Amino acid sequence: MNFRQADDTSASVNALEIKGISKAYGRFPALKNVSLQAKDKEFLALLGPSGSGKTTLLRVLAGLEQPDAGEVRFAGEDFLALPVRRRKVGMVFQHYALFRHMTVAQNIAFGLTVRKRSEKPAKSEIADRVAHLLQLVQLEGLDKRFPSQLSGGQRQRVALARALAIEPKMLLLDEPFGALDAQVRRELRRWLRELHDRAGVTTVFVTHDQEEALDLADRVAILKDGELIQLGTPNQVYEHPATPFVFDFLGQACRMPGVVEKGRLLIADWESEAPAGAADGAVDVFFRPDEVAFAPADGAGLSALVRGVTQRGPDVRIDCVIEGQTVELQAHGPTLPPGVTTGLSVRIKPLRPQVYATA
Amino acid sequence: MNPSIRLPGIAPLFVALTLAILGVLIVFPLGVVFQQAFSKGFAAYLEPLTQPDALHAIRLTLIVAAISVPLNAVFGVAAAWAVARFEFKGKSLLVTFIDLPFSMSPVVSGLVWVLLFGAQGWFGPWLQEHNVKIIFATSGLVLATVLVTLPFVARELIPLMQDQGADEEAAALTLGAGGFTTFWRVTLPNIKWALLYGVLLCNARAMGEFGAVSVVSGSVRGLTTTLPLHVEVLYNDYEFVGAFAAASILASLGLVTLVIKTFLEWRHSGELSAGRRH
Repeated sequence: MNFRQADDTSASVNALEIKGISKAYGRFPALKNVSLQAKDKEFLALLGPSGSGKTTLLRVLAGLEQPDAGEVRFAGEDFLALPVRRRKVGMVFQHYALFRHMTVAQNIAFGLTVRKRSEKPAKSEIADRVAHLLQLVQLEGLDKRFPSQLSGGQRQRVALARALAIEPKMLLLDEPFGALDAQVRRELRRWLRELHDRAGVTTVFVTHDQEEALDLADRVAILKDGELIQLGTPNQVYEHPATPFVFDFLGQACRMPGVVEKGRLLIADWESEAPAGAADGAVDVFFRPDEVAFAPADGAGLSALVRGVTQRGPDVRIDCVIEGQTVELQAHGPTLPPGVTTGLSVRIKPLRPQVYATA
Repeated sequence: MNPSIRLPGIAPLFVALTLAILGVLIVFPLGVVFQQAFSKGFAAYLEPLTQPDALHAIRLTLIVAAISVPLNAVFGVAAAWAVARFEFKGKSLLVTFIDLPFSMSPVVSGLVWVLLFGAQGWFGPWLQEHNVKIIFATSGLVLATVLVTLPFVARELIPLMQDQGADEEAAALTLGAGGFTTFWRVTLPNIKWALLYGVLLCNARAMGEFGAVSVVSGSVRGLTTTLPLHVEVLYNDYEFVGAFAAASILASLGLVTLVIKTFLEWRHSGELSAGRRH
């Protein structure tokens, strides 16, 4: 009995458990043995380039796709055994998928009106719920509009209200801001996070925008070619990318060859302490173009020749040549050291280099 | 809206040419039909239409359409659903087969039934034994009409449903709706105008079909003549006023179809399949 109890507690910590999910379309493998967990009320982002399988995984969770192998449990329940309609997941689609012939209010009420007669709320109750949700998504007064009469941002909020109306156990969002312009996207992002915290529902969010994922999520799962590459908090994955791919995908990257020997890292003529745990041997050194310190030519660091300095809005782009290789660095205008001008030699110290054994 | 570009000199020429062709080939003959029908006055126009044979032809035409159009509506929705929503082997073959009646002479569409169910056909002897009559009977007319009008509804729905995608249906399922609820409350309302449009075209063709029907009908006056066949029978008997009177009904049917079709295109163009107008 004790064992069973322990099992129950673990289920309540990990609301969602995905184990060894594989799915192929014909000969093309969309998901390869993906396992991950989401905690109760957690905001989990599935991040990856197109074709990485992130949307397929989301559709597996919704029940719109059947995996070839693997297991999905939600709150301990075998999710794959349930048909879509019984999973009670609120899904928001990239292109909204609002019912075009229904008004905003009818869209939001849909999930309630299709219930079995015995479970269907009274008309007045449905109306109340719709009014409440309209308020929640800040669309009061638009209840009689049709989807075609709304802006993209408004449509997406209707889609979210419609998904929330069924009081879902889990919220699934498929690139919900993908079709919106940058300004609206940033506003909705904040608002979505607040909504998640208030609604207190486990959320899985698919995106290819690393900034969105790092900004919104409690944890980020990075997928590539149907495989899970790394799972961690935004800070963990940004500061300790597991592979060069993750490093590259999460932001801009500079890349240099180097050697690790006895805890020291050698890049060209510059030696420094190797990152903790780096194994000896030839490595690829990755660092962010804006995470560098500049020093005078007679100081310590990588010797670099500045080829050009260009102001680009708030950022300054510094083109330089290090060891015959063109590298594009970045700094903010006010923080640019005075010595860095075109034609001068400087020294550059990557502040947080990551090393990966050369393939 | 496409921006319009005027090619100097060419534009007036083409407009004039189009109007001339339309006038000579459509408006004038259509006018002649009505002029001939009413040439001996309104009473003479009505008289042949109230003959038992004529009334029977009208009734038979309506019956054939009333059976074959719903059949094709159901088939069209089912076929479009299958083509637009599922990936399966032989899908392009299915689409080709749906289109076949468009490219095949209607005579062939009639003849196949004679080959199958006629007295000398494959099932002919068996049907005779069991006293079932298909050729030279209403059921034969229905079969021929169904075959000829097979593509109308499906062709109208397939591009629309492919264009709309399955997201709304998927959304309905995640919101707890079952298969039938989703079909009635999401799929059908989304395609209703295109379906109506397809049914309209299907109906016009079903009522006007001549070739296929004439093969299986045998043109037994007052028994197996539909309205188009009735026109031919009367015409061959030199009953011109009667022939043109019956023809005027068919022509009016065409005009009414055209008006409703234009209205649908004007009012619901967004919900008809984009880029496919007949």
